Amino acid sequence: MYSNKFNCLMLGLYSRNRSAVCGLVQSAPGRSGFSWTAVCKQRSLKLQRSACLERQHHPMPCQISTRSASQTTVDPDEVRRFQSLASKWWDEQGDFAALHAMNDLRVPFIRDNLLNVHRARHPGKPLAGLRILDVGCGGGLLTEPLGRLGANVLGIDPVEDSIYTAQLHASYDPDLSDRVSYQACTLEELSSEEKEEQGADQFDAVVASEVVEHLADLETFAFCCNQALKPGGSLFITTINKTNLSYALGIVVAEQLLRIVPSGTHDWEKFISPVELERLLESNGFSVQSVQGMLYNPVSGAWSWTNSTAINYALHAVKHRDDPQPDRAEERSPRPEDHTAATHS
Amino acid sequence: MSSVIGQETGSTSSGALVNTTWLDYTAALIRTHSRGHVLSAEHGDDSAKNEVYDVIISGGGMVGSAMACSLGMDPNLVGKKILLLEAGNKKVMDKVPDTYSTRVSSISPGSATLLSGVGAWEHITKMRCKPYKKMQVWDACSDALITFDKENLQDEMAYIVENDIVVAALTKQLDSLSDNVKVKYRSKVVKYTWPMPHHAADSIPWVQVTLANGETLQTKLLIGADGPNSMVRRELGIPTVKWNYDQSAVVAVLHLSEPTENNVAWQRFLPTGPIAMLPLSDTESSLVWSTSHRLAEELLELDEESFVDAINSAFWSNENQSELIETAGSLFRGALSTIMPSAGSPRQLPPSVAGIGPKTRVMFPLGMGHASEYIRHRVALIGDAAHRVHPLAGQGANLGFGDVACLTQLLSQAAFNGKDLGAMQHLLEYETERQRHNLPMMAAIDLMKRLYSTNAAPVVLLRTFGLQATNMLPALKEQIMAFASK
Repeated sequence: MYSNKFNCLMLGLYSRNRSAVCGLVQSAPGRSGFSWTAVCKQRSLKLQRSACLERQHHPMPCQISTRSASQTTVDPDEVRRFQSLASKWWDEQGDFAALHAMNDLRVPFIRDNLLNVHRARHPGKPLAGLRILDVGCGGGLLTEPLGRLGANVLGIDPVEDSIYTAQLHASYDPDLSDRVSYQACTLEELSSEEKEEQGADQFDAVVASEVVEHLADLETFAFCCNQALKPGGSLFITTINKTNLSYALGIVVAEQLLRIVPSGTHDWEKFISPVELERLLESNGFSVQSVQGMLYNPVSGAWSWTNSTAINYALHAVKHRDDPQPDRAEERSPRPEDHTAATHS
Repeated sequence: MSSVIGQETGSTSSGALVNTTWLDYTAALIRTHSRGHVLSAEHGDDSAKNEVYDVIISGGGMVGSAMACSLGMDPNLVGKKILLLEAGNKKVMDKVPDTYSTRVSSISPGSATLLSGVGAWEHITKMRCKPYKKMQVWDACSDALITFDKENLQDEMAYIVENDIVVAALTKQLDSLSDNVKVKYRSKVVKYTWPMPHHAADSIPWVQVTLANGETLQTKLLIGADGPNSMVRRELGIPTVKWNYDQSAVVAVLHLSEPTENNVAWQRFLPTGPIAMLPLSDTESSLVWSTSHRLAEELLELDEESFVDAINSAFWSNENQSELIETAGSLFRGALSTIMPSAGSPRQLPPSVAGIGPKTRVMFPLGMGHASEYIRHRVALIGDAAHRVHPLAGQGANLGFGDVACLTQLLSQAAFNGKDLGAMQHLLEYETERQRHNLPMMAAIDLMKRLYSTNAAPVVLLRTFGLQATNMLPALKEQIMAFASK
């Protein structure tokens, strides 16, 4: 279901990238085990290729996306499919129960890492004065808690019905409706929009929780995140690792056996390992501060932090404070000292 | 937020679609709200529609007021809108009255910690409170007794405080918290409207409270602190285990025959029910005599002298003891003292009573009650609304203060995590933690009451032995005191 939801984002990114591998990635559902190695190879090849592309033409992808994403990304079939699910976002025991439970980990993760940097001293509203962008906000499950903590949050999602649900849910709470706003668009559209306006307002933090595993082109995503952030701003990502264990537990068990997540939500090829994600982010002007594994207990329905990043993990990266141009030789290769530092909580 | 979507029109092809659909939504919403809802005239008024409280506490007694203070002083809840609704008048006590009032509570050290945390304990100590260092509990049917005290009689075991003073101290503290906490006195609730458990698209997701003056308030979390006959609990339809004890408590203020260092609490179990004398000052004590309804009425009708005689004889006479029990009792004591020679204490007698305070004899019925659920979606019960106990252990108020401490801590943590205060997750944690603590206590109190309600020989022998044995085991007594002090 998530993959469907983000098909529009994907399609938009495809048309820009023109990589033959994308077609392969979409068609193979990843159910059979044989294609893993092949897919891994293809995926890293694709990343290298697109990285080359990036370095040469980095300002272009965003502009291209504006043209191609606007008319053709919204697929009426998918919008209709999500109309029925859009009302289910806020049922805490329903299809999205695991996402609701994940707030127990991701909200403190975001809050504490932001407080380390910003030291807001406003009791009761620790994130007051910060602007946060929630990419792929869905029904606003993560947007609302961040708003309650005092931040000004903009939630974006390509699926309009999810945005409607989010707006409706937030409209009842006068406390939230001042600080939380939603927009139905993609990340590229937002960053191009802001570029058009003079003196674009950048965000203190960008949150992309359970989003990255649904995108085909992460380079552009990382680039647009970089554009949207102030220097020194934070990027928070939670996603799923690409390991045998994540296939076994995250797809077979979670989707097919226990039905924790609706079947077809995740596509194993789109999972990305923390090492690869770090490499990608660092080549886009980020410095990864911490990576932490998360584990879901289906019996208790609760998440917990864990040392192993084999299945789910959360990542915090910071945009470099100096010139945010990503194409410099020193940033291309991942720095070894950053990797060792990355595993602390 | 709707304005953002309005400006969106340029960027996507479905922009126009977005605009009209959102407007339709909003229009439909307003139509549904004005149709068939409790909100009547106020609805159109923007300020009333937008005023949603974060927490409303229904009931301004000791526990409800303590909850309001506790939430108001929590750093993570700064900026939240908290309201306390009390049906009665504001209890201001500029000067402590000369006479003692009859309703008193034993405040445990744990409760005293909570009250000092909210800043009310200072007011209480400045007004009036009596610490006591020792408690003697003994049987009328035998010689068995048990004493509780802290080592060397240095520390206080607990405090006897009049209920009015606790409420007045909390009220004074609430006055200083008026930025965070509002209080509405003389506001009686006539109706509660509960939200749908699952967020349905066209209904108000908050709890609605309708007052007698027609005002309707909305809140994200309702805390029911409205006493043993809780309306909140009733309206929710929460099944409650309860029974009446066929007992009433007679309370009075006693004048002692001579001044004494009055720092012992006395309780004797008569077959008709326990009689307790709790120290108020060097010359006065509070009486709590739980007995059958008939006897209670008779006691109220006695003239002062006969009443005083009845009290003294209840504490002093040995007419309930039979020879068999006396022999058995001394045998047990002998046996136990060979095992633990140093433990055990001599029986002391309470001070004798000379008179009672004027117009202070009152009686009220006793019962036990326990709500099977303490919480529902957006609602939590605290204090007597959730659990009602027999006064024989002096725990009723302390269980309530324990609820306050637990719920405050959980709400504080939830707010720091950006959660909706009415969400079930932390309310369930509150319920689990408190039921785990309260149920054993209530079961123990009920068991004690039943155990001591008879003078049948086997039961008497059993409890005699049990009491004497417990008295000789300091480790066990410490455990009991620790459990009761939380």
